[in-house]
Amino acid sequence: MRTFPIGGIHPSDNKEWSKDKAIETLELPSEVYIPMIQHIGAPSTPIVKKGDKVLTGQLIGQSVGFVSANIHASVSGTVTSVDAYPNGQGQRRIMVVIKREGDEWVESIDRSTELKRECTLTSEQIIAKVKDAGIVGLGGAQFPTHVKLSVPNDQKAEVLIINGVECEPYLTSDYRNMIERAELILTGVEILMRAINVNRAVIGVENNKPDAIAHLRDIIAKNNYRGIEVMPLKVRYPQGGEKQLIAAVTGRQVPPPPALPISVGAVVCNISTAIAVYEAVQKNKPLIERVVTITGKELKSTHNYLARFGTPVHELFELAGIPEGDVKLLNGGPMMGRAIVDVSAPLIKGCSGLTVLSGKEAARGKELQCIKCAKCVEACPMGLEPYLLSKLAKLQKWDMAEAHNTADCIECGCCSYTCPSYLPLLDYIRIGKQTVMTNIRARAAAANKK
Amino acid sequence: MNELLLTVLTLSVLGALLAVILYFVAQKFRVDEDPRIDDVEKMLPGANCGGCGFAGCRAMSEALVKRDNISALFCPVAGGDTMKSIANFLGKTAAEKSPMVATMRCGGSCQKRPKVNHYDGALSCAVVNTFYVGESACAFGCIGYGDCVQACKFGALSLNPETGLVEVDPDKCTACGACVKACPKGLFELRKKWPKNRAIYVACRSKNRGAVVMKACKAGCIGCGKCEKVCQFGAITIDNFLAYIDPEKCKLCRKCVNECPTGAIHIVNMEPLAKEPKESASKGAANQKSAETAKNE
Repeated sequence: MRTFPIGGIHPSDNKEWSKDKAIETLELPSEVYIPMIQHIGAPSTPIVKKGDKVLTGQLIGQSVGFVSANIHASVSGTVTSVDAYPNGQGQRRIMVVIKREGDEWVESIDRSTELKRECTLTSEQIIAKVKDAGIVGLGGAQFPTHVKLSVPNDQKAEVLIINGVECEPYLTSDYRNMIERAELILTGVEILMRAINVNRAVIGVENNKPDAIAHLRDIIAKNNYRGIEVMPLKVRYPQGGEKQLIAAVTGRQVPPPPALPISVGAVVCNISTAIAVYEAVQKNKPLIERVVTITGKELKSTHNYLARFGTPVHELFELAGIPEGDVKLLNGGPMMGRAIVDVSAPLIKGCSGLTVLSGKEAARGKELQCIKCAKCVEACPMGLEPYLLSKLAKLQKWDMAEAHNTADCIECGCCSYTCPSYLPLLDYIRIGKQTVMTNIRARAAAANKK
Repeated sequence: MNELLLTVLTLSVLGALLAVILYFVAQKFRVDEDPRIDDVEKMLPGANCGGCGFAGCRAMSEALVKRDNISALFCPVAGGDTMKSIANFLGKTAAEKSPMVATMRCGGSCQKRPKVNHYDGALSCAVVNTFYVGESACAFGCIGYGDCVQACKFGALSLNPETGLVEVDPDKCTACGACVKACPKGLFELRKKWPKNRAIYVACRSKNRGAVVMKACKAGCIGCGKCEKVCQFGAITIDNFLAYIDPEKCKLCRKCVNECPTGAIHIVNMEPLAKEPKESASKGAANQKSAETAKNE
């Protein structure tokens, strides 16, 4: 069975807490807070003002430039404010606040549940629709999908890889999508194949979800989806990383940045993104909701909700019942997730799950000395030397950090996870990576000027 | 015995020969360096802190000797007098700068700015800043893990465990600017150094609206504008709900200190003005009261 060639770890997946919970539609919130930045790239410009009436699915944030994404109203009602509100990390970002009145949708959106499979649109038309719908990578990176699909003229896509790995512990939203909405995924994959003009697609699924693999294969055979293959992969974190998945499926290595996956002929999209693409292209429905897992060992109940963006996360936490005492709330899973410090923060496009860890589970061990055991080197899926990069960042030796390829780090956290001395390796590497990336960009800008 | 003598002789001859060769090589490849560079380097403090913008004191002294116009060069550690004597020595005119001191502009102590979450990652402000806003609800305040204390080469900064804030020792501070670069929140500013280490500044950097500031911290600037109105010298400006005192215009009259409703304006080594009993206001109230009682009667 295939997997990526180097590094990786095997944390316990803890998916049993929520994997059997069917997708429920979350009751519409009375008020939504929609941030104007829910993607990588330039923040969108709000095009509504206080007092405006908006419909569900109406454009409220216009994308700025190519790498950016449109933002749509997720409920209908009145805009009560366009101002800075805290996000999950407590940073204030421009958000549009809508007070909900009923749920009236924009007329052009087809709300029927009937599957619409034929698609005769050209590649450009599909990409335009994806762009209008504001679709971004729903696996967590929030990279605008239309940018991925716009293959440069001098390069050619050979294979579409669909990421159904969900290697992050605890999270089960992609798994539930594969079980319950397989036809939407496969139709979405067909549309994506049309958009990038390939006749082969591979859905990578880790082997700890045998029922999802069987179900997808079953539907493919029954409904004759041509050129789509489901590939079981050996369970190993971080298989869901874009470069790791490409290596696992095709055996090819993506060169270091600024090279993109397309340089080895691959385009990678998430399972949930495929559903969003299907809905955008066939039903004219912009990206306004997603499946989100809320899970944790000590929660009163765990769920997989279909929730609208902008819903304050405390509403979800209240439904799940937070235990007493110290807890760590995470936007995402325990490996890649970001701690939430303000529960009035809204649900955003990249949030595939909310994980609640008890204080005991989340506590880090006491930091000790590095014993040069090289466990982190063994665990790094990018073949880097985390102990060294961490030290260089601590000492602010940015040039050396760059020479040792800090910029290649994918921030998966394998090094910190595996360290027997509990060193916060990734914490420092992240600073090094940010500084090195800034330096590289500054140099490129200076070179351009000349 | 013979072997011993031979060895000593051989080595001595070899040594003499090589010395002669070395002498000629040294003559041929000699680098002429202005001897004044060494002298100037001796006059500089030798802290190698980089506060002047050069890699170290040697690079600075080279620049001082080689450039014709040295008015753009200034060593903040040495100060104006040393710069003047260096300029005299070189026969050039020195830059004149009034002495500066680093100022930490956050007054959100543990008591005034309660912690709302617990952080247990790497103990570095820069790391905290990559994750989120910090342990308090204020996105602009001091994180308190002391990146600046580590960056300071002169031991002028210290973390006060009681307040959780960093304090500057103005006698040790040389205004090299290392802390300004180290603080991820941009809390440090090099401000004019008044005699007797007096200082006045707005100890807040929060650009949030007043209501948001009040929620997070009891010592923050809420941008009410009272200080701006009371200042007779036009030294105070308000931008993004945040007051700023221009040290060049300020005359240390301290009227603004009493006006500030949250105590965000800090004074150092000065007594605040005596609070004037607000006569007119209380009189007005009394008059009103008497009028009311008169009405009732």
